[in-house]
Amino acid sequence: MNPKVGIMGASQTHFEASKTHQTISEMVFEIAQKALEDAGISWEDLNYTITSSVDLWDGLTASNATLTEVVGAVMKPEMRVAGDGLTAAFQGMLTILSGAADLVLVLSYSKESMSSRWGITNWVFDPIYQQTLGLDYLSAAALQAQAYFSRYGITEEACARVVVKNLSDAQKNPFAQRRPKVSVQEVMNSEVWASPLKALDVSPISDGGSAIILASERVVRERKAEPVWILGAGRGLENHYLGERDLVEGEALRRAGQKAYDLAGIQNPFEEIEVAEISCAFSYQELLWSELLNFYPIGQGAKLLEDWEADLDGKLSINPSGGLMAGNPLIPAGLVRLVEAFLQLKGKAQNHQIPGVKKALAHGTDGPCGQGQCVMVVGV
Amino acid sequence: MARRVAIVGTGQTKHRSQRDDVNMMEMVYEAATAALQDAELSVKDIDAVLLGNMEMFEGRALPEMWCGEGAGGVYKHCLKIATGGTSGTSVSISGFQHAASGLFDIVMAIGFEKQSDGHTATGMSLTDPFWDRHVAAGAIGNFALSISQYAAARGVTPEQAAKVAVKARRNACNNPYAHLQLPQLTVEQVLSSPIIAYPVHRFDMCPTSDGACAVIYAEEARARKICSRPAWVRAAVTRHDYAYLGDLKDRLISIRTMRDAARVAYAQVGIREPLKEFDVAEIYEPVSYAELAWYEALGFCKDGEAGRLMDDGITLLDGELPVNPSGGVLSTNPIGASGTIRVAEAALQIHGKGEKRQVPGVKMALVSGYGVYSWSDILILSSSPG
Repeated sequence: MNPKVGIMGASQTHFEASKTHQTISEMVFEIAQKALEDAGISWEDLNYTITSSVDLWDGLTASNATLTEVVGAVMKPEMRVAGDGLTAAFQGMLTILSGAADLVLVLSYSKESMSSRWGITNWVFDPIYQQTLGLDYLSAAALQAQAYFSRYGITEEACARVVVKNLSDAQKNPFAQRRPKVSVQEVMNSEVWASPLKALDVSPISDGGSAIILASERVVRERKAEPVWILGAGRGLENHYLGERDLVEGEALRRAGQKAYDLAGIQNPFEEIEVAEISCAFSYQELLWSELLNFYPIGQGAKLLEDWEADLDGKLSINPSGGLMAGNPLIPAGLVRLVEAFLQLKGKAQNHQIPGVKKALAHGTDGPCGQGQCVMVVGV
Repeated sequence: MARRVAIVGTGQTKHRSQRDDVNMMEMVYEAATAALQDAELSVKDIDAVLLGNMEMFEGRALPEMWCGEGAGGVYKHCLKIATGGTSGTSVSISGFQHAASGLFDIVMAIGFEKQSDGHTATGMSLTDPFWDRHVAAGAIGNFALSISQYAAARGVTPEQAAKVAVKARRNACNNPYAHLQLPQLTVEQVLSSPIIAYPVHRFDMCPTSDGACAVIYAEEARARKICSRPAWVRAAVTRHDYAYLGDLKDRLISIRTMRDAARVAYAQVGIREPLKEFDVAEIYEPVSYAELAWYEALGFCKDGEAGRLMDDGITLLDGELPVNPSGGVLSTNPIGASGTIRVAEAALQIHGKGEKRQVPGVKMALVSGYGVYSWSDILILSSSPG
């Protein structure tokens, strides 16, 4: 991409099942302050803020209004993307490319403990045909998983191994929600919530958030900073009605990924990207999204697990942070993925650092069964 | 900015208190289709679809998931912006930024709200539960407090405010899309309408409407091909301020966000005498008194002279600077669309497609958006790319 946009700094909270010790404003202030500190800039330096939050999750109308002071937007411009945090980063990138700003805070958060994940996601479905059926992200995901399993012979055990991998990796991530390691048997024996999905196949309810600081090429040069560069990005939307979609084919994610690869000049993502942080609220999605992102041919998700077991050989690592299984709320999850990609590229991922990362991918999603998709490729 | 951008098409629904002939997605489709027809484009020409809406007013979550395909957003970049009353101008500014960025060439921004699907006053009451909810719930109460302060400081009279209310509903009669069209409304009728929160009469306040409005942006080369008279975006400035009513000193009197946004936007375009240099203004006035306060903040007159400006008829359709020939928010208020309608109506004036509400020879148009307690957006559109 030319001109380029750089990521100067990043922050994330510790993710917890319930942050009763902080209000949303206090939590957001901490995220913003740490991101500025990491980027080595002051509040005065910021000239635009992009927030990502959803009123229904916060239980407030125009919930971003209560945050103006703690995101540095008093007498400055702020824009709120009401959805996935990586989409807010996408908007932030465009704000810089348009020339409207050159130093931008992008911040996303959610306190899922304050609300009802399945209640709210039921309200995403159109109120006439689907909402009244009681569909929510969980039951919709179960339909997608079933379609995927039956078309390509994916097994529940394969998905259980994804959970085992992620919760094992999460032990090394200092920001991860505290959850014990599990065995395949424990995942298989956990309570069935919506067949074939069981309790341990589903990412936990979580509180927390993250932020990045974006800068124009000019600001990066002036400050002699060593940023992570955005190399390419793409977005896409599926049809809304589940019956009108091929739930396995995922055309929107294919196109979003291809757009990002084209801009980044990537021919073979599996060979050219070292780390992919992808948003998977349900275990099977790590296999399906990996295929739709062209890491593996469609239907060969199980191969991912073999490669995971060969991680140390320098193959593409998927969700070394533990991903959403390590506890990230749905709204900021995509931006946390970008923060993790940033940490890997800067060599700051501590115990879960993958050696020699030059290019990384972050993915975010919104809506049921990955209806809205966002892909960003970053590099040093 | 990276690339010059112009508005090349606009489309609106017929706005009403209840559009029970369409659902939310169909309503979005109606506006999107009208904008495509206006620009003589097909849905395939659009690279990105941006939506603006306040979902709590309808009780939807992520309504772009349902309505995005109504605007032709499938397999495209589609996102939703929500910033309270400024949602419609915010999404318009986002559309401008998208087309200027170099990553998208033709972009559609759509604001929409179907207030009859929910209960807006309840939605508006969901402010901070500790500090604001008990004193400032809803739009009317907190405005009434600030209006009393403003009227006392500036000496504007209920009659002058009523003239704003009458102007809006009479102008609306020339706009086939407007919700409240009241050709016979008089100042006396406004003043004898019930007081809903002193000093605000029922006719001083905007209605609740269902509606959608779409605006199509294109980068320079495409804009010149698509549109014979493009409306170039010359400035787009946002200012936000504190969240709590009590933290805003002299809210309507100072309205520092609007003053600063206007100052910056005027400097970008080289506007020195706004009353003379703008040919038309489409400003976001949720209540009659606010329009008077905005006259001062936008530099149409000195502080304290807004009432006189109204008395002299300067801002009437045939005045020196017609303000809201569309009928404004006082006539039509589908919240997420209200700001987008301001942008579309200003563009329409430059396109020369205003029909009965056309102001002759519009070259420079001012747009304002307003929301939360004191958030402001300013856009300047021009027939010249500058």
